[in-house]
Amino acid sequence: MKKREIQEINASSMADISFLLLIFFLVTTSMATDKGLFRTLPPPVDKKEKPVDAEVNKRNIMMVLVNSNDKLMVNGEVMDVSKLKEKAKEFIDNPKNASNLPEKELIDVPFIGKSRVTTKHVISLQNDRGTSYQAYIAVQNELVAAYNELRNELSVSKFQGRKYAELTEEEQDAVKLYYPLKISEAEPKNYGQVAGGAQ
Amino acid sequence: MAKFRKEGGKRLPAISTASLPDIIFMLLFFFMTTTTMKENTMLVDLDLPEATELTKLEQKSLAKYIYIGVPKRELQKQNGTEARIQLDDAFARKPSEVGTFIATKRGAMSEADQSKMIVSLKVDKDTKMGVVTDVKQELRKAYARKIYYTSKERTNKY
Repeated sequence: MKKREIQEINASSMADISFLLLIFFLVTTSMATDKGLFRTLPPPVDKKEKPVDAEVNKRNIMMVLVNSNDKLMVNGEVMDVSKLKEKAKEFIDNPKNASNLPEKELIDVPFIGKSRVTTKHVISLQNDRGTSYQAYIAVQNELVAAYNELRNELSVSKFQGRKYAELTEEEQDAVKLYYPLKISEAEPKNYGQVAGGAQ
Repeated sequence: MAKFRKEGGKRLPAISTASLPDIIFMLLFFFMTTTTMKENTMLVDLDLPEATELTKLEQKSLAKYIYIGVPKRELQKQNGTEARIQLDDAFARKPSEVGTFIATKRGAMSEADQSKMIVSLKVDKDTKMGVVTDVKQELRKAYARKIYYTSKERTNKY
């Protein structure tokens, strides 16, 4: 009797099936990673508590206002967004220890040693309800850029020419201590309709 | 005359495609592991603002998304042409719904991850800040303080 051979399973359609699956996943998934500006919001205000911001010395505050026409005002003078970064850098660093810029405090920074740092500076960002989101992000971006550049400059000079991104976590923390990111987003006010906001 | 060749003796053998499924499966698994499912169907038109100082959103599983923008054209009849807030697959009727949205999302996360929750704000660049501010205030009240202003990369600086 002739022995019946076991037939091999035809696998030629396998490729088609897996192609189909592949295309399904390609269509339903998104490859692009999200990028953006990371920010931590302040905790909610307790209505019973009175605001204490009045205690902050005037020289330590940089007021950045964006109005409903997306125009920028920094400490009472109109400014273009392109100049904001330099202004912010000067404010955060206060290289010449000017009396109208933030006061410096002597603190012990690991790896860098005792240094005079503007610990109390605050950049206060206020926007109108009519400000466009793009203008708001542009201002945020310039402020973050100011911090990033200062941190980079510091790390290049103190850590043998290495950039901030190349430092270890402890070293980055030290640089962050030297230039702490202090952007405060003030309580929203409606400047568009109400003339002259209270400060 | 001597026969040198057999009839049809040396035809080229067909290229074996037996390994093709394996190759495709490999590709498939690559894409399955590197990508994530689309979070939501978009109900609003989004054109993200541009910025240069961007950081990557590392852990996507911790991110919850809030979309703000003008409803897509086919939805404008019911929803108007003003900027609206999209939570999951529906429009929020008022900003205070953000609080409940955050609470449900937080409840669905494991306890260890709850404090690490990041809210990614995907906002159209022409939106007025009023809506965004309302949402931010709601997020503060809900203690969802880590936020992410999702933006596009801009190559040229001013």
